[in-house]
Parts: sequence; structure tokens; C-alpha cells
Amino acid sequence: MGIEYIYPEFEVVRNSDRCIKCGVCQRQCANEVHKLDEDLNVMLSDEAKCVNCQRCVALCPTRALKIVKSDCRLRENANWSDSTIKEVYKQASSGGVLLSSMGNPNPLPVYWDKILINASQVTNPPIDPLREPMETAVFLGKKPEKIERDENGNIKCDLAPQINLPVPIMFSAMSYGSISYNAHESLARAARELGICYNTGEGGLHKDFYEYGPNTIVQVASGRFGVHENYLNAGAAIEIKMGQGAKPGIGGHLPGAKIVGDVSKTRMIPEGSDAISPAPHHDIYSIEDLRQLVFSLKEATNYKKPIIVKVAAVHNIAAIASGIARSGADIIAIDGFRGGTGAAPTRIRDNVGIPIELALASVDQRLRDEGIRNNVSLVVGGSIRCASDVVKAIALGADACYIATSALLALGCHLCRTCQTGKCNWGIATQRPELVKRLNPDIGYQRLVNLVTAWQHEIKELMGAMGINSIEALKGNRLMLRGVNMTEKELEIFNISHAGE
Amino acid sequence: MSKYVIIGNSTAAAGCIEGIRSVDNSGEITVVSGENHFVYSRPLISYYLEEKTDLQRMKYRPDDFYEKNKCNVLYGVKAEKIDKEKSEVYLDNGEKLSYEKLMIATGSSPFVPPFKGLDTVENKFSFMTIDDALAIEKTVDENSKVLIVGAGLIGLKCAEGLLEKVGKISVCDLADRVLSSIFDDECAKIMQNHLEEKGIEFLLGDSAEEFNGNTAKMMSGKDVEFDVLILAVGVRSNIAIAKEIGIDTNRAILVDNAMKTSLENIYSAGDCTEYVDFSSNSKKVMAILPNAYLQGNTAGKNMAGESAVFDNAIPMNSIGFFGLHAMSAGSYFDEKDGGKCYIEKGERHIKKLFVKDGVLSGFIIIGDVSKAGIYTNLIRNKTELSEIDFETIKKSPTLFAFSKENRGKMLGGVV
Amino acid sequence: MKRVFVNEKWCLGCHLCEYNCAFANSGLDNMAKALKDKKIYPRIRIEGDENINYAVSCRHCTDPMCVKSCITGALSINDGVITINQEKCVGCLTCILVCPYGCISQNENSVAQKCELCLKNSSGEPACVKGCPNNAIVYEER
Repeated sequence: MGIEYIYPEFEVVRNSDRCIKCGVCQRQCANEVHKLDEDLNVMLSDEAKCVNCQRCVALCPTRALKIVKSDCRLRENANWSDSTIKEVYKQASSGGVLLSSMGNPNPLPVYWDKILINASQVTNPPIDPLREPMETAVFLGKKPEKIERDENGNIKCDLAPQINLPVPIMFSAMSYGSISYNAHESLARAARELGICYNTGEGGLHKDFYEYGPNTIVQVASGRFGVHENYLNAGAAIEIKMGQGAKPGIGGHLPGAKIVGDVSKTRMIPEGSDAISPAPHHDIYSIEDLRQLVFSLKEATNYKKPIIVKVAAVHNIAAIASGIARSGADIIAIDGFRGGTGAAPTRIRDNVGIPIELALASVDQRLRDEGIRNNVSLVVGGSIRCASDVVKAIALGADACYIATSALLALGCHLCRTCQTGKCNWGIATQRPELVKRLNPDIGYQRLVNLVTAWQHEIKELMGAMGINSIEALKGNRLMLRGVNMTEKELEIFNISHAGE
Repeated sequence: MSKYVIIGNSTAAAGCIEGIRSVDNSGEITVVSGENHFVYSRPLISYYLEEKTDLQRMKYRPDDFYEKNKCNVLYGVKAEKIDKEKSEVYLDNGEKLSYEKLMIATGSSPFVPPFKGLDTVENKFSFMTIDDALAIEKTVDENSKVLIVGAGLIGLKCAEGLLEKVGKISVCDLADRVLSSIFDDECAKIMQNHLEEKGIEFLLGDSAEEFNGNTAKMMSGKDVEFDVLILAVGVRSNIAIAKEIGIDTNRAILVDNAMKTSLENIYSAGDCTEYVDFSSNSKKVMAILPNAYLQGNTAGKNMAGESAVFDNAIPMNSIGFFGLHAMSAGSYFDEKDGGKCYIEKGERHIKKLFVKDGVLSGFIIIGDVSKAGIYTNLIRNKTELSEIDFETIKKSPTLFAFSKENRGKMLGGVV
Repeated sequence: MKRVFVNEKWCLGCHLCEYNCAFANSGLDNMAKALKDKKIYPRIRIEGDENINYAVSCRHCTDPMCVKSCITGALSINDGVITINQEKCVGCLTCILVCPYGCISQNENSVAQKCELCLKNSSGEPACVKGCPNNAIVYEER
């Protein structure tokens, strides 16, 4: 109260003409916002607890509820925004680092929205994807420089291990622990049905999910949680996590409270102990060190699995990527600064890193310039929101995209950005059994399949419009892109023309 | 083509017809119906007086029941004699029916004790059939003083049915409590209080000794004035026709769990039979409608050549008076019978669960009777209480007391 | 025959099925109008505790005790579906006494009611199934 008091961010608006006091909102809110007052016989709300996850809104059978932004605001100030001032209040009260979840919500430029896609007219006909075959399959991994033949003239076939995807989309890393068992099951089942891959994240692989191995990317991060020989050999590829777009340069911290039961077993750490991923890998201080880890993992898996190195998009990403491409890695995954997280320090999330669009453009260009583009495939993530973002990414030079926030949205996430509380009302970012069961994987996996299938249809339509019938022909095809509302410098980095040129 | 004859046309007969037809769609079925009525539900006669139902809705089965089941019904005809050697039934209209399989579903009749002076009473009735109800309805008016002899199920349902229609109702019974066949003292008291609140007067532990016109001289010496006398002392199974040809009888016709009598090709079901009470493992006359149907149905299937058994019959009753409901089932074994009784009691609510040998043997509930069937099922299945969460289920009947696995079978499978 | 089946693994105990049932059988076209400030009489009920919940509604037994025990003939099986003629029912509750699953209850007029798979109302498919947010109740052939 008093100096500590911060007026609630949201208001619960209940239409009393519609409310039948069924109590569904009360039973479904893990934040305990709603309560039936028996004496007054009305539903009351404690808005201070509301995170605007919309669970109550979505389940209210009479549509009696809505959550609106509170209009109790501090005096307007263009420099000192309401949220900036309140963050100061919170820190003055707690003395702590502010935590946030999911991607950076600030109004920084989204370059995807400044890039437009070409279409064929008259001189080069568009293709109707409903009538003509359209190829969206991609192979991720090291490609040979040239075709070689043996003394009999047969093609030498010693292709490095590849990931074969029918559509250039994968679910990016989300650890078991940061998300629930049922969320993982949904991702795994959807990946299998779609023939794509999901990613274990750094929390290890639950024993139940080994059966999805051919559609799994297993991750090795700085904490090395749950890493063992069977784990490394279980998946379709191994990903070394060097960084994450939402929190470049820092490690991770899953509180001991979430290290319970199977999470503890899967991570191979004692129950209740904090799972701390250090900021660096303590054995990697150079590209040479990275190369050692890459080859250690290849050794451990008989050179049968492609190795992915995942880095956050940071200022000198092109040089970093160049180094990784020479480290023996097969695939580079770059995570942009709008990528999601289960928890990150707010200042880091909102101020560190660069947009994925710029990182991708410069990395692809740099690798081409250095003649090492075929050494690696490029996978980009960090807020790929829709099929046209995928198409633009491919045209800028990506081989495939990682999606996670969109996948979580498909699973019911309403982007309330309070994953760090562990009380996810949608059963995703929580380990509380009564909340986890709210995500039925039968429903979840089907929605993921639907989402990727829908995107694939849209990718084919966009390709058809451009007159392109194979996604390989779109890769790095920046002629298909034009910029709007961009500076000369931005156009230069993207190496695309302005619209109208 | 088989020939079936059914003596009787009430619940057991309907069950028998449906049982036969579930197996044999072509055999010839003849029903001998003493009453001149389409099969109707006898317990509904009190609801008829109460105007909660009417003659049409009292029919136990749809109007096309006999037609659909291809039955020949002889209304207003009584079976007088069975010739077991010739397999024939002699009727009171002089005709005879030959049978291959015979069902005796003769039911029961009101028992009228030989009261002195009963012949001096002008308006006296039993309360058993629709004709009884129609006659009573015609006789009473809003000023009538009604004396009901017998505070059992029949007497009290009659009282409930008539209360709004008459001036005063007195009920007397030799027993010192109401519903003595299904309630113990404690439970009976709750129901008696409720009925008294509604305006019914009781003379318990007392009965009429002698009648003189409109006056009943009670054993206690009291005189009770009445306009209408209803005799609901009890019923007796109609077994003469069976006994005559040597079928084994006790208080009623003895049947096994296939509803066979001691004579070949002759079956029996309903109020005229004595059969095993599963909850106490002793033979009893359990004259209740659900059992009559189940017996008849079982018999019908067996008559048509299938082998069916009804081997978990228990006495049970669901009965309500003026909104207060009561249910009872099974046998009440308390401490003196080697059982244990769990009691939950409120002002208008009581629940007694009787446990013996690790299983629920019986229960009585007055008040909140919801889901009581879960208890009944425990009795019928002789469910080991150690296998379920008895602490939970004794508070309220719920499938939650069963193991997750059993619950999964119940709710996730076809039953 | 299609029946309603429940899976307690996915039941959230939200009780929406009860309200959807009561609404579907109200004959009204607006839920607030049908249920606001009224005691509801659903034909499906949630059982359980804080952690485990599941809904219970008529199993449509192949050999139903309720139909065999009904004293009025109000309960009958039609194409495998156990239905009740509430005009005929006098509220003796014998069906409640014999239903092993506790699936029959009294309605607001004190006569018996039970799940009839929404075949008599305008829901189209069982309202409990349609409205279950987590597929804990399904309507299928098994």
C-alpha cells in the first residue's frame, strides 16, 4: 500500500446480465482472480492478480467476461512512459533484476513487414499450386562443392548427414521444464506427423519421447543437462546451444521449485536443485574449442548426425557465423532478438541482440562472399510469425525456419508473458499437474499439424505467384524481394532494391 | 411353434412376454387376464388418486404392446385349474388352453382379517387394483373421514393419494411404527413425523377389533369414527392353483433362480413366488415391482429355450411421501446379527448402511437419496468394501470410491 | 452405437458440461436466459476431488436395470438409447435406487431425468461433448 502500491494493469469486466455464476472462471484461474462471494451472491475479481491470459474469457460459457487495459494511468510523459516508471517502482521495492517472458514486446522495427514479395505477370507465368506439383522439401546439412565421380564414372556419394524436411519449418528449442510434458508430447507428435523436427531444448529428453527420435533435435547447452550417449544418438541431429535470441550473452536459471519428478530425472540433477546454465560453455572460448565439441559429438554419434550450432543474433554475427561454418558444424541456427523465452532479465531481453532479418542477410552474404556457404545450412528463428515471414527468410538465404512462439500460440498460449510464474493457465509453461492436464496433446498436436499444414499451403501459393515451383529456387533469391520504408543502408544490408526499382 | 400360456397380466407377465420375444419371435403367447385392463402399473393407483397420473399414463407398456409382441389376451377371464398331465389350463369361461410352457403370475390378493362386524361397514375397500382406486375415488369427498387399517407401504401410499381429497385420515397399525417391513424405529419415526406434519393421524400399536357401522372399536378401547374404511393389512400370494397340482409352495410358490417351479414346464414369477434374497441368502416373498419384472423376464427367456438366471434379487424400495423420499435395500444386519451399522443422521435425513462380512448388506436412506443406486449395486455385486474407499462412499455414493482402473472401465467402456 | 465416454486424465473439473447440459435441455436459445439465477439440473455431473475429476452421465447400459425396474414404463430403450417419458414418470425414483452409476437424478419438477444424448433437444450432438474444452468427454463408438 501507499508508496508500494501499483494500480492493476488490467480490469476484469463482467457483464452481470450474462454472468450465470457457473464458477468456471474461478476454477480455471490459477492466479485466483475470480471468486464467488456467497453472501453477496456475486462473482468478485481481484484484478491485481490478473495477467490477462484470457483463460477465463475463453471458457466463460455466456461470454460475460472481458479483460481490458486499465485506464488508471500516470500523467502522460513521452520520455517517462507508464511502464518505465512502474519498473522503477518495482525495483525500488524489490531491489531485484526484473524478469520477463516470451519475446521482446517493444515497438522496434519488424523488417519482415518492410519487405515485399514479387509475383509473376505476363512474361513469366505464375504457377497454380492446386494444379502443378510444388516442391517445399529441403535438406539441411553440409553440401558438396561439386559433383565427383569415381574411375567408373559413377557419382561419388558420400554426402554428409542431412535433416530432410518436407517443409522448411521446425519447432525450435523449448526445454522440458520450461514447458510441460503435454506441450512436449504435442510438439513431438506433430513433428512426427508432419515429418519435421522438434527440439528438446536444454532439459534432456523424457524417456517417453525417445520413440519420436527421428523427428527430434537433441540439444547440448552450457549446463549439459540430461546429456548422455543414448540421448545424443536418439535424435535426428544435435544442436549445440551457444546463445538464445531473447537473452544473448547470459545463461539460464530454472528454479529448484520446477526441478521435480520427471523434470529432475530427465535433467539428471537432484530434485529441488536450481538448474543453472552458465553464460558460456566452460570449455568453449574460441572457434577451435567449438570445433572440439562439434567433433566430440560427431565421434559420439559415429558421424551420423548433423551438428547444429545455435547462436543469438548479435552485432558481429557474420564473423561469428563464418567461424562456425569453419568449425565442422553442419548447420547454423541464428536466433533473433524477438525470440521467446520462459524467463529472461527484462533489460537483456529488450536491449541486447539484433533483428533476425538483418542478421540473416549479412550472414548469408558473408558466407557466400567467403565461398563457404555450402559448408553449412542456415536456420533462422526469433519471431517467424507466418508463412510470408518464412518465404522472405528463404529468399534472404535461409534454408529453413525455427518457430516456437507461433507453435505455443497454436497450443493455446495467449502471450500474457508471465511464464516465469509457473502458473500458466493454458498448461504450457507450468509443471503443476492440475494445470499441465489442461493441455490435451490430442488437441495440441492436431493444432500444430494444422498450423504447419496451413503455412505450407500458403508457402506454395506465394511460390506459385512468383512462378517458382521448388523452394530451392527461392533460396537466396533476393530478386524476389523489395523494400519499403527503408534507408539506403538497410537496403544495402539486405542487398535488395527498394519497391519501384 | 411353441405355445406359451401366461396366467396373470401384470408386471411379471409383461416381463415374461418381453423375455419370450427376445428369444422366440414366433411362438404363440396367450395371456389370461383376470382384470379387465390393459397391463398397468399397480403401484400407480395412489398416484392416480393424487392426480399425478391418469388411466392412460398408468399403462405399463405402450398401447401396441400386445400387438407388437403378438399376444392373445383374454380379458376378464380367470384360470381355474391346471391339468399338468395334459398340459392344459381350464378357464372360468369353460374353455381350456393347452400349453408347452406355462407361466403362473397370479400375483397376490389383499388379506382381510376376519374382523367382527366388518359386514356392517358400508364403504370398505382394499387398495390393490385400479378398480379399488376408482371405487374409492367415487366414494370419497372433501369431508370424508378415512380410516386406513395398516401403516405399511400400501396403506400409507393410499393415505398420501387421498389426503387432498378428503377431510381426515387416520391410520392404525398393530405394529408400533410405520412401514415396519422396511424401517426400523428410528427411521420410521422420521417418516411418521413428516406424515403427521402433513396432517395424517396415527394410531400405532393399536388396531381395530370390531366394526359397527361407521365406528371402529379399537383394541385400546378407543372408538374411531369414519366414513370410509380402507383395509391395507397385507397381501397373500395367490397360490391355490399351483398348490392344487402339487407344485412346491411355502408361503408362496417356490422357484429357483431360473424361475422354474418344482414341475416341469411350469414357471412362476412375481408376487406369488418365494425366492432367494441375495443379501441374506434366504428364501422370501419379495413382492416388489422391479423384481417381478426381472423374474418374469428371466422366466420368459428360459421358457423360450435360453438359459437365463436372476440370482441377485434383493428386497428394495423407493418410496416418497409428500416430497420426502426414502429408499431401502437388502438386509439390515446390525450388531446383534453380527453386522455393523454406519449411521448419519439429521432432522429430516437419516442414512444407515449395514455391513456384514466385509460387504454392504443393506441400507436405509431418508432424505437425500441421490445416487443411492451405487449402494444398491454394492449389495448386488457383494463388492468387497476393502477394495473400495468406504470412508468416501459412506459419506456420499460416488464412483470416486472405486479404483481408477475400475472407474475407467465403468466410464470408458460399454456396459 | 455411439455413447458418451469420459477420460479423467483430461477432465479439468471446470463443470462446463453441467452447464452446457442444463442449457441444452432448457429449450431456450440463450444460456444466460436459461440459467441465470437458477438452480441447474444437469444430467451429467462432475465427481472427484481437488485433483481428479470426471463427468458421469448415463452409460446407456445394454441390460439396463433402470428400464427393467421402472414402475411406470416411462423408461425404455430406443435403438440402444435409454430414454424417459417424463409425462409418464411419477417420480418414484426406483430408477435412482437401481442405477449402478448414479446417473439418474430428479429434475426441477421432481420427476426423473437422465442423459438422452441430446437427441431430443436442438444441440445436435451431446452438448457436454461439444462444450468440453479438453476432449475429456467424447461421443463415439467403442
